Amino acid sequence: MSAYAADVAALARKDLRLELRTRETLPAMLLFVVATLVVFHFALPPRAGHDAAYGLLWVALVFTALLGLGRAWVPEREGSVLDGLVLAPCDRSAIWLGKTLATLAFLVGVEVIALPAFAVFFAPLPVRALAGVALANLGICAVGSLVAAMAAAGRTRELILPLLFLPLAIPLIVGGVGATISPHKAEYLLFLVLYDAVFSILSWAAFEYVVTE
Amino acid sequence: MAAALGLVFFVAPVDADQGISQKIFYFHVPLALTSYVCFGVGAWKGLRLLWTGAARYDLESYTAIHQGTIFGALTLLTGSIWAKASWGRWWVWSEDQLVLFLVLFLFYCAYFMLRFSVEPGSRRERISAVYALFGVALIPVSFLAIRLSKNFIHPVVFTRHGPQMTHSMFAAFCVAWAAVLLVAYVMYRVELAGKRIDANLQDLREALTAS
Repeated sequence: MSAYAADVAALARKDLRLELRTRETLPAMLLFVVATLVVFHFALPPRAGHDAAYGLLWVALVFTALLGLGRAWVPEREGSVLDGLVLAPCDRSAIWLGKTLATLAFLVGVEVIALPAFAVFFAPLPVRALAGVALANLGICAVGSLVAAMAAAGRTRELILPLLFLPLAIPLIVGGVGATISPHKAEYLLFLVLYDAVFSILSWAAFEYVVTE
Repeated sequence: MAAALGLVFFVAPVDADQGISQKIFYFHVPLALTSYVCFGVGAWKGLRLLWTGAARYDLESYTAIHQGTIFGALTLLTGSIWAKASWGRWWVWSEDQLVLFLVLFLFYCAYFMLRFSVEPGSRRERISAVYALFGVALIPVSFLAIRLSKNFIHPVVFTRHGPQMTHSMFAAFCVAWAAVLLVAYVMYRVELAGKRIDANLQDLREALTAS
């Protein structure tokens, strides 16, 4: 058990260290999310209420996550590192978990800037919105890591990633927006928990089959 | 197959005292149910592929999902026609079934894009199988999501007059469903046979050019 945790920690640490050295993905995601929020200001009609803005926040978060996920497996692919990882005597699902945790760290890093920016530009965020964001992050990263690995296996790579990811992200958006604006927030938060549980377990179990021949 | 089609067309005149828009339910609901069955079969074949590694499951899974997508597209089409006939608009977001099928249609169209972007081989088979499994996991989760989303997106203005079925209507419905399932099964077998023949031909061709 602890060997598994050590593998996961090592892999996640590798991704974080790589990002700290190259500083490619995180600044791009940050700039993207802030630029998107500004675009939304111009896209929303003047009398649009807070609810529309909250909805668009979720769109911004999902698409920023997509941007990050598109780059998630690039280091592994470029150096044929993924083959090496698969050959290593570690559980393949540890690769997925390490990648998920690293992507989660990036997404949280982006949101630390993006959510206050949103609160300043549009409307203040209630605490339950933050809970929804936290839960949805898990789902986005869990499903996104697996789907990005699938996309990376093909020829069209970044082109196909949004097509694969968005239908799976629809329940997350519903849960997140509902948690933010609906009076029955507990339902939506519970739904997000359900989504996270189901798809995390599925991704964890299925990852091995995605990366091996 | 002719018998199946004959049955389907026989059903429609049986209940002539319905409103026209109600009759399309005899096609629309069986198409939707058959589509679910096809996706379920596709996912099951995918699971068998991952379990046993036998290559034939890949082709069966792909064909089943292909059928499911065709029937899903038909479901959306018939649902759209029904919406136009009932409410005068081509699309209504308040219909859970239709929205669910839209999401699934997007998901399974991406399945084909994924499949054709990966080189043929065992990698593609496994990735397709995993994606098919995600599809069936998505069906209930999406349905729940769509139900939940109605609380804050639209007040449900239009109430759907669900088919309250009398005995004769129910009988007709069952016949229609059996007919559509039969059509789906026949199409599945035909397509699978065609694909298998293609694969054999390909192998023969390669063997001939290699020697």
